[in-house]
Amino acid sequence: MASPYRGTSDPAARRPLLELHGVSKRFGAVQALEDVEFSVFPGEVVALVGDNGAGKSTLIKIISGIYRADRGTIRWQGKQVAIATPNDSTGLGIATVYQDLALCDNLDVVANLFLGRELATPGGPLGVMDEVAMERRAVEVLRRLSVKIPSVRIPIAALSGGQRQSVAVARSVLGDNKVVILDEPTAALGMAQTHEVLELIKRLRAQGLGVVLISHNLANVYEVADRITVLRLGRYVGTYDARATSREQLIAFMTGAASNSGEVPTVSEGAIGHRETPA
Amino acid sequence: MSSTLDQDPRVIAELGGVRGVLAEYRQRLRSGDVGQLPVMVSLVVIATIFQVTSDGRFLGPFNLVNLTLQMAAGGTISIGLVLVLLLGEIDLSAGVASGVCAAIMAVYSVNVGLPGPVAVAIALAAGAGIGALQGAWSTLFGIPSFIVTLAGFSAWGGGVLLVLGRTGTVNVRDAFITELAGTFLTGPAAYGCAALFAVYVAIGPLVTHRRRRAAGLTVPSLAFAAVRAVAISVCAVVAVVALAADRGISLSLVFLLAAVIVMDFVLRRARFGRMIYAIGGNAEAARRAGIPVQRVRIAVFALCSMFAAWGGVLGASRLLAVNQSAGQGQVLLNAIAAAVIGGVSLFGGRGSMWAALLGTMVIQSISNGMDLLSLSSGIKFMVTGGVLLVTVTIDSVVRRSRAAAAR
Repeated sequence: MASPYRGTSDPAARRPLLELHGVSKRFGAVQALEDVEFSVFPGEVVALVGDNGAGKSTLIKIISGIYRADRGTIRWQGKQVAIATPNDSTGLGIATVYQDLALCDNLDVVANLFLGRELATPGGPLGVMDEVAMERRAVEVLRRLSVKIPSVRIPIAALSGGQRQSVAVARSVLGDNKVVILDEPTAALGMAQTHEVLELIKRLRAQGLGVVLISHNLANVYEVADRITVLRLGRYVGTYDARATSREQLIAFMTGAASNSGEVPTVSEGAIGHRETPA
Repeated sequence: MSSTLDQDPRVIAELGGVRGVLAEYRQRLRSGDVGQLPVMVSLVVIATIFQVTSDGRFLGPFNLVNLTLQMAAGGTISIGLVLVLLLGEIDLSAGVASGVCAAIMAVYSVNVGLPGPVAVAIALAAGAGIGALQGAWSTLFGIPSFIVTLAGFSAWGGGVLLVLGRTGTVNVRDAFITELAGTFLTGPAAYGCAALFAVYVAIGPLVTHRRRRAAGLTVPSLAFAAVRAVAISVCAVVAVVALAADRGISLSLVFLLAAVIVMDFVLRRARFGRMIYAIGGNAEAARRAGIPVQRVRIAVFALCSMFAAWGGVLGASRLLAVNQSAGQGQVLLNAIAAAVIGGVSLFGGRGSMWAALLGTMVIQSISNGMDLLSLSSGIKFMVTGGVLLVTVTIDSVVRRSRAAAAR
């Protein structure tokens, strides 16, 4: 599927949805992040990689409003914003899917998709849910993402790990979100299920969303990412074009075996954000 | 486009008749929802055993009316416990809370001389206050509800003694209060109730069916809903005929049924009910989804104690008095046992409000039947314990098999 956002001259597509400049965060004596640059464009997948303790989680938590950056600026669609609480983040249109998925096993797929924002029956008694409308929208969004589940009315407990991940991702798309952050979405999955989730990520990109993928699995990263941002020990190493950087180079950046001394072009934010890529 | 999405498992009922209904039930079993079948089966078994051993007295009209009177108070307390158990919490103080609220009502009615409705309203408010206090304490200080309500169990038990004062017993004479359990519906009123109930059971699936079809969603076969509605209607009519042959339908039973129906609707259809299930299933997920977990918890504890208070009022209405043993002894354990026997999981998030009614029916049938056979209380308690253990074991085993089958 070719994204309508790729290779267009649409100015909206050339402008990053989310930009972070010079973001730093310190916990006591530990400098968790220092001068980190990060950006996501509409219709692209940016992978965030780094060894354990590189600061990936801290960065994500700053974006999703759980931590507040000590220094640095955050821009949303060009405008400077402050993200002080999780509500600020979701209010902008940023959805974060954590590793534990935060689904209720006992509730069905529709209930989970609309958890906390159930639709009310128009004109009905106060607080009565409109199950029909919710199911319609749920089916719609799952179809759009080609998520394969036996039914929207079976409890999450009856789904496979990949299906659960898909439901969690679908939930993040259901709201009018523009950026979806996926924290290790394939960590606990088998091969077939991993494939399923990676395909889902490609479809999110095709729909014009900006996807931030955090993963330890470089094979997965290379399969879907357009750009790769590398962090090491809280420092920003660089952002690289996934197609122009070999895996060996990437590992060298992650482990510090090589500094970026010019042999690999560091791409500035957005330089390839709208590049044509085979999906 | 996914082809699998076009199918809804409920549609398998369209496979036709009995086979479809069975297939649907199997599907639900596999997802860990045993539904009301086990409790229905045990009710039939219990009724059969006692009917035979008591020479036909158990299912006689006189005894059935007694059974409904015995059910009202405990069943009402059980409603609150179902709510709390769905959250994955427990309220050990529900029994004594019912006692202390009944005592408050009795004292305001008799000693202070307030009119019946006012005294009852004060008792309900006291119940809500007790529950809100315990819920808030447990939530805000992060103390397990088991401990907070255990403290409440002791404290409110003392409250009963203090409120009733030196005499220890207050006889309730206010007509409004005594008529709550002392009024019986017969004739057209009784059959009207049965008809209303049947219409309620039938109309829900019909409305859903029409709305789903209008929205272009898959529609489950109406066969299952029809079979269910007819079966329930027949049961209702048979029950009313039997009860009307004696004194009739006790008003307190009507209150119990009404409360179960209303709370069942809230649990299934209202956002508040969805929040309760969500918190019981995964409190952290509920919190992250923006559900006000603490406020819902406090509200549910308040509701639980309020239903306990109402149960205490109904019990006092039936006994025409409140004494020092109000809400003590088996009251709490029976209410918890009823909820669990009715299929409410102790681990939270699973179960239906009908558990309060059906589970209470099982518990009270055992108690009532053993009284008919003049068996000692010792045997009664042991059998009740056995039934409880078996049902909790079923819950646990189903849970484990579900966990195993989840992937």
